[in-house]
Amino acid sequence: MRSTSDRFPENAARALGDPTLRAALSRLQQDTRVGRPAILDRLPEFNAIRDAASDIRTHGLDHLDVHLEIFERNVQENGGHVHWCRTGDDACAAIHEICRARGAKLIVKGKSMVSEEIALNDYLLAQDLEVVETDLGEYILQLRGETPSHVVMPAIHLTQDGVSQTFRDHHDDLDAGRDLDEARNLTDEARDKLRGKFLAADIGITGANFLVAETGTAVIVTNEGNGDLTQTLPPVHIVLASIEKIIPTITDALSLIRVLARSATGQEITCYTTFATGPRRDGDLDGPEEFHVVLLDNGRADLLGGEFRDILRCIRCGACQSVCPVYGAIGGHAYGWVYGGPIGAVLTPAFIGLEGARDLPEASSLCGACADVCPVKIPIPDLLRRWRRRSHGQKLSPPRARWGLALWAWFASRPELYRPAARIAMAILHWAGGRQGRLHRLPFARGWTVSRDFPAPEGGTFMDQWRAK
Amino acid sequence: MTPVSTHPASPTVGLFVTCLVDLFRPSVGFASVALLEAAGCRIVVPPAQTCCGQPAYNAGASETAAELARNVIVSFENCDYVVAPSGSCAAMIRLHYPRLFRDDPQMKFRADAVSRKCWELVSFLVDEMHFEGLLNDFDGDVTYHDGCSGLRELGIRDQPRDLMGKIAGLDLRELSAPDVCCGFGGAFCVKYPQISQAMADNKIDDITATGADTVLAGDLGCLMQIAGRLQRRGSPVRVRHIAEVLAGMTDHPAIGETKES
Repeated sequence: MRSTSDRFPENAARALGDPTLRAALSRLQQDTRVGRPAILDRLPEFNAIRDAASDIRTHGLDHLDVHLEIFERNVQENGGHVHWCRTGDDACAAIHEICRARGAKLIVKGKSMVSEEIALNDYLLAQDLEVVETDLGEYILQLRGETPSHVVMPAIHLTQDGVSQTFRDHHDDLDAGRDLDEARNLTDEARDKLRGKFLAADIGITGANFLVAETGTAVIVTNEGNGDLTQTLPPVHIVLASIEKIIPTITDALSLIRVLARSATGQEITCYTTFATGPRRDGDLDGPEEFHVVLLDNGRADLLGGEFRDILRCIRCGACQSVCPVYGAIGGHAYGWVYGGPIGAVLTPAFIGLEGARDLPEASSLCGACADVCPVKIPIPDLLRRWRRRSHGQKLSPPRARWGLALWAWFASRPELYRPAARIAMAILHWAGGRQGRLHRLPFARGWTVSRDFPAPEGGTFMDQWRAK
Repeated sequence: MTPVSTHPASPTVGLFVTCLVDLFRPSVGFASVALLEAAGCRIVVPPAQTCCGQPAYNAGASETAAELARNVIVSFENCDYVVAPSGSCAAMIRLHYPRLFRDDPQMKFRADAVSRKCWELVSFLVDEMHFEGLLNDFDGDVTYHDGCSGLRELGIRDQPRDLMGKIAGLDLRELSAPDVCCGFGGAFCVKYPQISQAMADNKIDDITATGADTVLAGDLGCLMQIAGRLQRRGSPVRVRHIAEVLAGMTDHPAIGETKES
């Protein structure tokens, strides 16, 4: 996917000026505020399970090489195939080759963020294949030519009216006077459009929430059942998953699922939790004839050995996005690449380079709400600070900010100069505050006064007054 | 991490006044002194203190942050406690100082020692000094904003509410989202002013909806952000540091106001 992360300030300004987006995000934040405490109330041991979930992920990553090989062996023993892919292009090519060998024309897809990462749809469309997204949110976005703005609620930036209009624009074979005011009518219409595609598809591609090493199983959790149709109806099922999705055992999957759904949508469990283990066996009533797992690295192995390793624990629940006040103000698209919000601010510089994503780790108040809700306890603010350290080291931050900081630090580490300088500066500001006690404009601090008054100092520093006592 | 609790009956508290209080609102410093003395502490104010280094730390300038941290550590290591009227500065010292000296065992040892005895003012009064308040009163409807660092890094939530509950006449009207960031975030608020403003506006809508006439918090950064935006929007709600109310020192003007305004 092409990135606009280098234009983050412009993206954010545009988002802030979009009333529809603000309304949609405000609803998400409100739902999150209400939903989350209710979930924790009903599961008092949530934090203990969260500890376990974090440990499971850490253990899986500590022994990733071993578990990946066990996984491969088990997939093969079940009659499936594993394709190791270093890059996104490798993965696209591997999937294209599977399609070509089957003479495929129509592909249905379940929701997969990794496929966004490698721009799989664009690649397959360019090979004259028809690709249909089947997750409702993703289907809507495909019609609109948009990308997901949230990892589990891809179309959260839209309102129902927007979806109705999209359906009217694109489903132009249907009666123009039909009632699309009810959400139910929208889902029914999407279902009618998609059902035939499931039945006619040559290939079904899904992502995976987890890959279970001990059984060679790909696990998906969904609410619409589209994932199940995608992986059972077409003759070929391709699982596209990145290598860090590996967990050792089925028991581990069960622990993770307990925190995943609760963190993602506030549900105790999703409507469908599906374990896909190899192709159809003799006597099975359904299932694909071929089962492929495309295992993608795309930079993960490098992260594994470095200071951002913790981010690989992520199970893509999106809780950090839903709770983040910055995400809540600007939405996911402003971040400019596949992953928005706190998780995106850590991942994007790793995947597309810090130069093109410098703003993302900076655009956080480091409030810590993300780390608070993370079901696998990723210390996101710490990771953001690590990117800032690199930015600072590589002098990527604006010179004015660096000089301002350097000047401040120079004074602050010399108390004998700092005190008189502070005394003079505060006296001037106090005087400038006048009778109101605040300033509407302040040279060199437009960043503050553009939207806030600047409270003038009371007058006299504490240190001076204390010494004079 | 649980800080040490073996303190003498009248411990020597080094007041880390914080740069914002020193420069912008000395009255919070004097309110802190009054509260700490009432709780039985002897106060010292090490004269070389300036800034805890957090702006540099959060900007990724770790060496600069370490230099400033070293000054704080040297200035305060002889005190029984280090107390700051700010959750954010206290969290910097308590949680982040030891990390700054990961590769310097000698300084790490000293940073750990200062870290263990560093407290935010209100939680120190309640949890460590078992302070019961000054039996003062305050006539007003108040709402309270939880600063992020104090709340999430130091677990400060109940302590300010305990002490506010002991003030006669103070009616606490909780925000619907007291724990959501106000959008200050240090340099964040000037680097991304529009995003910061959107966050402040959410906070201010919440404050306004409570009907409170005064908003309190334990961090001057949040308070300047909230006051600045409230006043730009023309709101009459007053903004004060919680220490001023707890110490009964509310005769002087609120933040961003004067006697004439």
